Amino acid sequence: MSNYMVNLKINNIPVSVPEGTTILEAAKKLNFRIPTLCYHEDLSVAGNCRVCVVEQQGARLLQAACAAPVAEGMEILTNSNKVRQARKHVIELLLSEHRADCTECYKNGNCELQDLAHEYGVNQHMFIDLNRKKNYTIDRSSPSIIKDDSRCIRCQRCVRTCEELQGVSALAVAYKGDHQKISTFFEHPMFEVVCTNCGQCINRCPTGALIEKTYIDEVWDAINDPTKHVVVQTAPAVRIGLGEILGYEPGERVTGKMVTALKLLGFDSVLDTDFTADLTIMEEGTELLTRLKKALVDKEQVALPMMTSCSPGWIKFQEHLFPNLLDNLSTCKSPQQMFGALAKTYYAQKKGLNGKDVVSVSIMPCTAKKFEAGRPEMRSSGFQDVDYVLTTRELGMMIKQAGIDFMRLPDSHYDSIMGESTGAAVIFGATGGVMEAALRTAYEIVTGRPVPFQNLNITPVRGMEGVREASIKIEGCVPEWSFLEGAVLKVAIAHGLANAKKLMKAVSDGTVSYHFIEVMACPGGCLGGGGQPIPTNKEIRQKRAEAIYAEDEGMPLRKSHENPEVQLIYQDFLGKPLGHKSHDLLHTHYKPRKRY
Amino acid sequence: MENKLLKKVDLIFCKTCQDDIEVVKKAITRHPDEIINDLIDSGLKGRGGAGFPTGLKWKFTKNQDSAVKYVVCNADEGEPGTFKDREILDTVATKVFAGMAICGYCIGAKEGYMYLRGEYNFLLKKLNASLDEFNAKIKAAGLDFHIQLRSGSGAYICGEESALFESLEGKRGEPRNKPPYPTVAGFMGKPTVINNVETFVYTAMINHFGVAKFKELGTTDSRGSKVFSISGDTPKAGIYELELGMSVDEFVKEFGDGDTKAVQVGGASGHCVPRKKFNDTIIGFEGIPTGGSMMLFNSSRSMYNVLKDYLEFFTEESCGQCTPCRVGCQQLLKGIEAVKRGERPASYLEELKKLALSMKVAAKCGLGQSVANPFISIIDNFKEEIIY
Repeated sequence: MSNYMVNLKINNIPVSVPEGTTILEAAKKLNFRIPTLCYHEDLSVAGNCRVCVVEQQGARLLQAACAAPVAEGMEILTNSNKVRQARKHVIELLLSEHRADCTECYKNGNCELQDLAHEYGVNQHMFIDLNRKKNYTIDRSSPSIIKDDSRCIRCQRCVRTCEELQGVSALAVAYKGDHQKISTFFEHPMFEVVCTNCGQCINRCPTGALIEKTYIDEVWDAINDPTKHVVVQTAPAVRIGLGEILGYEPGERVTGKMVTALKLLGFDSVLDTDFTADLTIMEEGTELLTRLKKALVDKEQVALPMMTSCSPGWIKFQEHLFPNLLDNLSTCKSPQQMFGALAKTYYAQKKGLNGKDVVSVSIMPCTAKKFEAGRPEMRSSGFQDVDYVLTTRELGMMIKQAGIDFMRLPDSHYDSIMGESTGAAVIFGATGGVMEAALRTAYEIVTGRPVPFQNLNITPVRGMEGVREASIKIEGCVPEWSFLEGAVLKVAIAHGLANAKKLMKAVSDGTVSYHFIEVMACPGGCLGGGGQPIPTNKEIRQKRAEAIYAEDEGMPLRKSHENPEVQLIYQDFLGKPLGHKSHDLLHTHYKPRKRY
Repeated sequence: MENKLLKKVDLIFCKTCQDDIEVVKKAITRHPDEIINDLIDSGLKGRGGAGFPTGLKWKFTKNQDSAVKYVVCNADEGEPGTFKDREILDTVATKVFAGMAICGYCIGAKEGYMYLRGEYNFLLKKLNASLDEFNAKIKAAGLDFHIQLRSGSGAYICGEESALFESLEGKRGEPRNKPPYPTVAGFMGKPTVINNVETFVYTAMINHFGVAKFKELGTTDSRGSKVFSISGDTPKAGIYELELGMSVDEFVKEFGDGDTKAVQVGGASGHCVPRKKFNDTIIGFEGIPTGGSMMLFNSSRSMYNVLKDYLEFFTEESCGQCTPCRVGCQQLLKGIEAVKRGERPASYLEELKKLALSMKVAAKCGLGQSVANPFISIIDNFKEEIIY
């Protein structure tokens, strides 16, 4: 942005803003709110819904405040009769094209169109209902995402999300005029296109046109089935997101209340995905060191850089777009899937249960986890390892349905056997977290000493930059790892698939060289996941990240290998990392997928 | 208000200036500023309909500090009732190329693109052949400028300049936000002069015949002549180059069939002038500006059907991106149908007029903004035909 200041008046109040500022931003500076729909802070400007129009004195046309830059001497009215009439018309038009049976909509109460309709007193059904005759079909083909064109207002936020943030472009605008719609390649069902199920489109859809597929009723049924033992696992990012749905400001940690609520909902055991996050570090860290040893000592051909495999959106993206790099992915299952496989084997054994009677439910900040749970590879327990995946939002809804006064709940602890975790596992919820957790453990395995960063906080891998890189010099190795003495471990981190795409292109072209890469499909990592509370923006994600790191700092154990339950599972069940049993239950493989 | 009589003119199709390479050769001996100042002095306004002063457009683009600039010819003639550009391209295409080349010389562009509407693809072969010849000749004349042809797919919206750029860049044809204007960021985000076919010919002709001859024609607000596509209830349907500034009455005297009850000036997106206003409506920027389409209707025509046809057209051809245009067009169409069937009261037309006025100020581009023109002018002047 330019340093040159532009002077203008908004509602007769002078304001001075840098050249290039939009009218919307300038108005915000004066605390005038201008309504928006197609505008989203994370995305490029579209200027197509026209609900943000304002009057510029002397101009024939109204201006879209989100798209129009300020100009010297401009006089803007954000609330003239002309403006209100145009906005009201825009809202009425959108409603006339929209299936407005709000009571039957998942987004009821969290819908930007609904809010505006209320605000502008649009309640007279002025125009003709255009929706009824259009015979929209609802695309329920995907296990993660439901696409309902009858609720779509064509703001194209989803299209921009899919293209700009994720570099996927599974959604695009098709046809024109009254037939214009948001569609997929050749209108194939969502399940058959390049969609990674990341759900970022859902987070930005202002209405209920894109929502996650819910499995709440199935979970209630399981809870109420006396023959079933229902275990629930909660991902690290859920504990810092859930509060937003239940009345807290972004950044509130509600771990203890969440555990209490889950117990009140009737789950037989409330356990923590963080346990398998720690386990992932044991497996993945060992895998990385093994690959490095093969490359450096045994001079074997081995795929480096190794890439994390926790994010199922990222995995599917890689399968579609970079099938040549599939060997670089860690063979580790994601923590969710490790948990599922162990819930029906190790956990069942310890509890004296039959795996077939265990129902495993996970609460995830992620919609792609729903897809992941259904992958055919994910049945190594002999059953579907994870039966149902609910998003943070769905859990919020269940808590509301149960009539639980969340804010007044006391804190409680996770149950045991797969309920213990460390700070290293918690930071899995933020971009760079898996990397940091892995480095804390790998460095200590190799050198016998903690990572040389103050308070274990490996700050270079943290932050919100799209692609980050760091390097750690390994010094003072224990004899077993002496071949790494003096080596510089180079790592990179990407979040948001568009950033991942850039990084993968560079890896493919050989223009960069790293040993280890962490990718999270969603901006900010899991804390910005497609199943997290709506709305989201940079500021909200930043607050959630701060909460994650605060949770880590507050934990007594902060390194995965120190988790006593993890130590126990190796002793009692798994043997050692990358051992035979680990291989069977905790590792997987990937398959190339077509681009179209 | 000046009021000219109907006068036929022969600049565009004239046979006395066919060697268009000579026009270009002559132009490039002059300083670009001289040529641009001539254009400004001539008062030439864009012949596509919006009527932006052509010389200023060139000047703004020339003044942009950019190593890469473009010249784009808008040959996406899609306005219902226009067919003049087709004739120009069919008979005097090299004059268009000459105008583009002179523009390229003036603003410092090395590449020019002609964007041809998909429905005119039958002209491609012939145009490409004459273009190859033209490109070779201007190269030989020492001008570093090359023109390429691109074919559209037949979407009306791609005649809107920013949607045309999107399409030319291989993307979906949807209008962009303005500002920035094409003179600052047009094709490929670079400063671009975009003019329509006819405008480029006039720039070449002003170079050839001189400013004085052009300024003899037209009125203060509407300099020169322009080409009209005349259709509907007229015994003389066809293409005519006429001096600007005549009244509709003058026009109807020449082209009407004695029973003309309305003239739609400016195509479907223009205004409908009823008989009682023929006398005091001037065809030009002081009255009703037009891209050239003139549709005459006699008393056998139902203005309800006329309006319904237009609205069906816009409902289909809206790109669908912005709310006022996408949904507004559908509501105007469904609205008049509902009134006609008696499902909504006649007073509903007033609500629709308000909606049309919102579209006029809130739609993103000229398409949505101009639907109010035919809608309001027909509703106001032929209300009884709409209702009963």
